Amino acid sequence: MKLPVYLGLLREAERVLAESFRQVADGHAAEPDVHFLSHTLAQQCLAHYEALDPIVQRYGEARQEDEPERLHAEGLGRIRSGPVGLLRDLQDVYMLASVVEITWKLVGQAAEALRDRELLELVARCHKETSTHLDWLKTRMEQTAPQALIAAQ
Amino acid sequence: MIDRIAEVWGTRTPYEQDQRWPVRVDQKLAEGVGDDDVDRWVQSACVLCSNGCGCDIAVKDGRMVGVRGRATDIVNHGRLGPKGLFGSWQGVDNKDRLTRPLVRENGRLVATDWDTAMQRVVDNSRRLLQEKGPLSHGFYTSGQLFLEEYYTLSVVGKAGIRTPHMDGNTRLCTATAAASMKESFGSDGQPGSYVDIDECDAIFLYGHNMAETQTVLWMRVLDRLAGQNPPKVVCVDPRETEVARHADVHLPVRNGTNQALMNGLVREVIVNGWMDEDYVAAHTLHFDELRDVVEPWTPERVAEVCGVDADDVRRTAEIFGTTERVLSTVLQGFYQSHQATAASCNVNNLHLLRGLLGRPGCGILQMNGQPTAQNTRETGADGDLPGFRNWGNTDHVAELARVWNVDPLDIPSWAPPTHAMQIFRYAEQGSINFLWVQATNPAVSLPELARIRELLHREELFLVVQDLYLTETAQLADVVLPAAAWGEKTGTFTNVNRTVHLSDKAVEPPGEARSDLDIFLDYAHRMDFRDRDGNPLVPWSDPEGAFHAWRECTRGRPCDYTGLSYERFRGGSGIPWPCNDEHPDGTVRLYEDGVFPTDPDYCETYGHDLVTGAVVGEQAYRAMNPAGRALLKAAPYQPPHEEPDEDYPLRYTSGRTVYHWHTRTKTGRAEPLDRAAPQAWVELAEEDAERLGVIEGDIVRVASRRGEIVVAARIGRGRQGVVFAPFHYGYWDTDGVGPGEHPRSANELTITEWDPVSKQPVYKVAAVRVDKVATGDGPAPAPTTAASRPARPGTVRPTVGGSEAMADERIAPVEPPAVATREEHP
Ligand code: SF4
Repeated sequence: MKLPVYLGLLREAERVLAESFRQVADGHAAEPDVHFLSHTLAQQCLAHYEALDPIVQRYGEARQEDEPERLHAEGLGRIRSGPVGLLRDLQDVYMLASVVEITWKLVGQAAEALRDRELLELVARCHKETSTHLDWLKTRMEQTAPQALIAAQ
Repeated sequence: MIDRIAEVWGTRTPYEQDQRWPVRVDQKLAEGVGDDDVDRWVQSACVLCSNGCGCDIAVKDGRMVGVRGRATDIVNHGRLGPKGLFGSWQGVDNKDRLTRPLVRENGRLVATDWDTAMQRVVDNSRRLLQEKGPLSHGFYTSGQLFLEEYYTLSVVGKAGIRTPHMDGNTRLCTATAAASMKESFGSDGQPGSYVDIDECDAIFLYGHNMAETQTVLWMRVLDRLAGQNPPKVVCVDPRETEVARHADVHLPVRNGTNQALMNGLVREVIVNGWMDEDYVAAHTLHFDELRDVVEPWTPERVAEVCGVDADDVRRTAEIFGTTERVLSTVLQGFYQSHQATAASCNVNNLHLLRGLLGRPGCGILQMNGQPTAQNTRETGADGDLPGFRNWGNTDHVAELARVWNVDPLDIPSWAPPTHAMQIFRYAEQGSINFLWVQATNPAVSLPELARIRELLHREELFLVVQDLYLTETAQLADVVLPAAAWGEKTGTFTNVNRTVHLSDKAVEPPGEARSDLDIFLDYAHRMDFRDRDGNPLVPWSDPEGAFHAWRECTRGRPCDYTGLSYERFRGGSGIPWPCNDEHPDGTVRLYEDGVFPTDPDYCETYGHDLVTGAVVGEQAYRAMNPAGRALLKAAPYQPPHEEPDEDYPLRYTSGRTVYHWHTRTKTGRAEPLDRAAPQAWVELAEEDAERLGVIEGDIVRVASRRGEIVVAARIGRGRQGVVFAPFHYGYWDTDGVGPGEHPRSANELTITEWDPVSKQPVYKVAAVRVDKVATGDGPAPAPTTAASRPARPGTVRPTVGGSEAMADERIAPVEPPAVATREEHP
């Protein structure tokens, strides 16, 4: 069974996403909404990460060789600056959050097939929160894009 | 005659439930002017708060010499509060008024003529449009102009310049009222009416110091409390306000914890079975989600987080849950606090759960702060689309384009409108280079003032300020345009409960000052804005023409004005919208039938996630199939972002005093008001003061991570650990633009942060520390009549007004006006 591989990927991706939100929060502290919300969302990701623990325990950790390299989620590199930098950083986080979102979705399907009620409940909650992360990132990027791309220096 | 500084709310005229509130006509004339000396009385309504009291302006020899309440008006039944009595006309008829345009030359503002000043505005507009396009332009307006002016501005900004960067200081005062109604009901529009005070069994005031912010509305409550069958009163406020003193239950929550309390109250109503299940099933959506979110919030947990008594939480919920007719009002304690929209939506949720809407005595008043804020929202001068249209709905944009005869692409609707704090951020970053500020004073009223002053000062920002006086902000401007004031121009405006009033011109403006409408029209003319047929984009040339255009714009929308006209306003009372063929006399309450404007083709918004502000897209919204049902919006409680710690151990909040309005540009120039509250102060709770070794009147330094103020301390009755400062005091009457040696403005300390949905700044949650710097030479200059009264009465001389504050009261000279419409009394 390869579900442990995906659970491991998901847990790791949540950790990286949390870290990336935190980087954005601190790197763009002059944008108060980005700053405070990214911290809040980072906490949600960490909560997801921790909530996955008992599930991972239950299904067992994946073996190293089962986890192909390209399934690792990449975090943000360096924080960029300026309006376009903010846009680009949010876009990177958006990509990462998309990976998390779709992984939850896939894990959820496996959980249904396994009739794993505990996992299903967790997926329902975390998938919804991750979708909201995406919605927020999209809202914030759409708001800022014209100004960054047309009017900013 | 009665001293209306000492007797803020005047003489009681008790009345019983379901009776009409008796008339009391309040009047103030200038020293030496008698009734017979008045040449004319000119119909108007007061613009010193959102209550919208109908009044007449006394004119003698071409000057305003006084004011009296209109007995026939459904809002105030003749009454006026201290600000209306003294501030309205004295704050305008003043030697300090700007009488000529000013332009900056070699760093100094010098007087010039209109041609020169406007040409400079137009040249800069043209240059920037060419260099960078519309996104270089921002407009920051007010909640104190007239409807006709906002609508003209809205057309000029959206279809003339085509910028999405339009907002008003309404962002600081009523944005959450609008946001919470949009989220819950699908559109802005006040469900309730002031008449509900006459009819309710209980009134809940959430973060609403009504006694000081809307004195006349509070008189109505006081008169009910003095009569038979008084309503129960519940007050949520960290301070011991007048409202709290009259309350059956006072919940002095820690500032920043409103959402915890509200989740707890919603939970109690659910678990105790006080819901109207049929109503919830037929008229709402998302009940399960709400129930799950509030589930953890037992009274004990609320008590712990909010710092109140669990039994008081239970009692509060029980009053709400078991009283037949409940009226709720909400204001800045919720709107300017952490989780503003979420907490305000929870007030709507409580009413929806019990079906307490659209019936006599069962209302919600999501209050406004400013007199004409409703119109800023309706016309889209705050960035929204006019007529409560939905920027996410392409049909709405197309409809608006038809009304204006422009290409739909000309109307910026690709993203949510830019809110004020973001506009200032863009200015700070140098991507907005043209900022036009009207009738508001951001250099004193925005959070974190050091930052605001710095960004307004920037070389690359061309700042236009249009105002009555040389405010702190105006002193930083490149061009200052002298505006005509209330009483010097004609126009309409709409108060909290949708009542529209006409305010006629009584006197000529001083010097060369012009109405805001004329200034916008002049700009549109000089910029040569055209519609798609090459005709002038703004075809009207006077207030009534603008009003007619606006009426057309509202046709078929929730705020339908099509049945209203200047003619109808003259002589009678204000009239509440919607007023159209279906409701020819206006509408007292909305949603009597439980049908809400949530239909996807009709709604003003598809809504937001309350925690993040993420937009709910059209698709997701349609999939919910709201079909006229209201939305029970939920959000978990989150602690505020700046909580007290070792360095800054106290909670800070700011607010109003009864004698002043905003940054005192008017009230600071009305003698009786100015003398009642001449100087800034800060309020400490007795326990805190004792610990700090501070006694009444001592000079203290209050510092936050952003700045400090040094002012006299009033030892008051506030919640332990909470420090309060009035936000009215800037520097125009001390050092000019900024603090110099004497920092006193409450916003030196506030944090730059806003609610994720309404984008309203958080003025009521921050952490500070307090140190004594000097011994005082007498009590603090804080009034003793309301929330800032001293903890120990008798230690401070009571606030009185003296001869200049004497005003007339005529009790019950006529029968009270009936409610506005025949619907109510056929
Ligand atoms: S309550 Fe408001 S509108 Fe009425 S007189 Fe006072 S300030 Fe004016």
